[in-house]
Amino acid sequence: MTRTFPSLAIVLSAAALLSACASGVNLKEVPVETRSPDTGASVQTPAAPPPAAQSEVATVRAGTADTSAAAAEAALARTGRVVYFDFDSFVVRDDGKPVVESHAKVLGANRSRRMVIEGHTDERGGREYNLALGQKRAMAVLNALTLLGVSPGQLEAVSFGEERPAAQGSTEEAWAKNRRAELKDAK
Amino acid sequence: MPAALAQFRVEISGVGATQIPVAVVPFRGEGPGPAATAAIVRADLERSGLFRVSAPVQGLDERSPLPQAEARAAGADALLAGSIVRLADGTYDIRYRLWDVLRNAEHLARAVTVRPEDLRLAAHRIADEIHEKLTGERGVFATRIAYVTKSARQFVLHVADADGEGGRIALTSTEPIISPAWSPNGRELAYVSFETQRAVVWVQDLQSGRRSPVANFSGTNSAPAWSPNATHLAVTLSRDGPAQLYLVARDGGGNPRRLTVSSAIDTEPVFSPDGKQIFFVSDRGGGPQVYRMGMDGSAPERVTFQGAYNISPAISPDGKTLAYVTRQGSAFRVATLDLANGTVRTVSDTQHDESPSFAPNGRLLVYATRDRGVDVLMTSTLDGRIKTRLLSSGLDMREPAWGPFGR
Repeated sequence: MTRTFPSLAIVLSAAALLSACASGVNLKEVPVETRSPDTGASVQTPAAPPPAAQSEVATVRAGTADTSAAAAEAALARTGRVVYFDFDSFVVRDDGKPVVESHAKVLGANRSRRMVIEGHTDERGGREYNLALGQKRAMAVLNALTLLGVSPGQLEAVSFGEERPAAQGSTEEAWAKNRRAELKDAK
Repeated sequence: MPAALAQFRVEISGVGATQIPVAVVPFRGEGPGPAATAAIVRADLERSGLFRVSAPVQGLDERSPLPQAEARAAGADALLAGSIVRLADGTYDIRYRLWDVLRNAEHLARAVTVRPEDLRLAAHRIADEIHEKLTGERGVFATRIAYVTKSARQFVLHVADADGEGGRIALTSTEPIISPAWSPNGRELAYVSFETQRAVVWVQDLQSGRRSPVANFSGTNSAPAWSPNATHLAVTLSRDGPAQLYLVARDGGGNPRRLTVSSAIDTEPVFSPDGKQIFFVSDRGGGPQVYRMGMDGSAPERVTFQGAYNISPAISPDGKTLAYVTRQGSAFRVATLDLANGTVRTVSDTQHDESPSFAPNGRLLVYATRDRGVDVLMTSTLDGRIKTRLLSSGLDMREPAWGPFGR
């Protein structure tokens, strides 16, 4: 069986168009991405996650029971399992979309597979507000996955706020690595 | 230098307007550590910012006549002298007298017998008596502060005296612990623990250690705040989408009642002292700001307007002052807002301030900040003039919550 997955970019832009066309939107209820005034003018250069090695070759074993599942698994290994975010933002960036798409593939190929999406923030600002922001990041990834056909029942979004940094230190490089959502198989 | 004086640092910036001059004479038989009664009293009084403490004479106890000439020469309005004796059964007999120097009369004289583990508490209560006698207001030296320390792989929830000493451990975990909140009677702590790989709100009885989750829904459960009558807690839940405010029963039973309905982040609830309002943080207008609403969620209105990032509200016990963390450039600082006239005052001049909490008499704030890469706890007068760094063992200290009167 083969399944085709719509590109996340197309789905997201279609969703954005739909919401933009909807009438009666209460502007007070529309989430606004927060940016601090002092960083608004400066150009941020978030550290991108390391790209997949160019000499990477995914091994496909012909004749095994489920080649589409194996291919999906290989895609997961290629994209990695972390989605990164800009400061104070919960918008999935372009560099995160392949991660979302590869996870949508494996979850689509195996409907009994469950994942936990853990949202994280950098250390700046309050712990409770960051906990809520991390939850919003996890929810953004969860919503992007369901737009690609993943059943919400396969997913749980949780947040660790700023409590579990991936990188130590108070540099923009460390902060960029910490503003993330990690996709993990549910235990 | 007496032991207790070496245990904290008082930073006085600016000149205190009216400090009451008090002489505190070392007690006869005063020991080191918790038995350093007069040294603990002296440290308490200085930290409050309301007293200027001297020790013009030595060798007195509660039975000595007032050395009025020396006390007057030192400019002292009042003088404390006393004694401490270890009894055969291991308890301590503490006797003391507070003199009114100007009138050459007795303010008060008392004797208490305490167990060794309550020596510090006894000294703090003497300081409270002096505070109340000379200012007319209750002191907070015998109150407690809860906070969290972090070491390599361990998080510890501590309960310590208001000077950071005499700490007891309430909870240890390999996962983060945040947002401790005292029950109104000072016997229980609510907090957020990640021990189940999710943020869950627990309530723990301090004396017995008995504890249970009061908010454990899917997603994130956090930011507990006790209602003044202790029957409910306001919490932040993400079970229906983004972080929103709910009311849950203290016993964890029944369904949570949703208080806010927005598509923004609503979190960090705190009740006004009369229980009629809830202050909280929301980014419904763009950046996070402090709002308030009726305790049923009615009529939300924005409270903070200066700055683009205002979080972590705390309300003074008289309900008149809001303390919060405001972003100034790249710095996060504690500020106060006079709710009647809108006056904003920055309390701190540090970079990484978090979690302000009022002392129960409303005179002091405790907050977390960072000093040379280590998380530390500071107390400050509301005008920011007198700051004290609480005792630190070098571990990161964070998430302070000042407990109520009584224990």
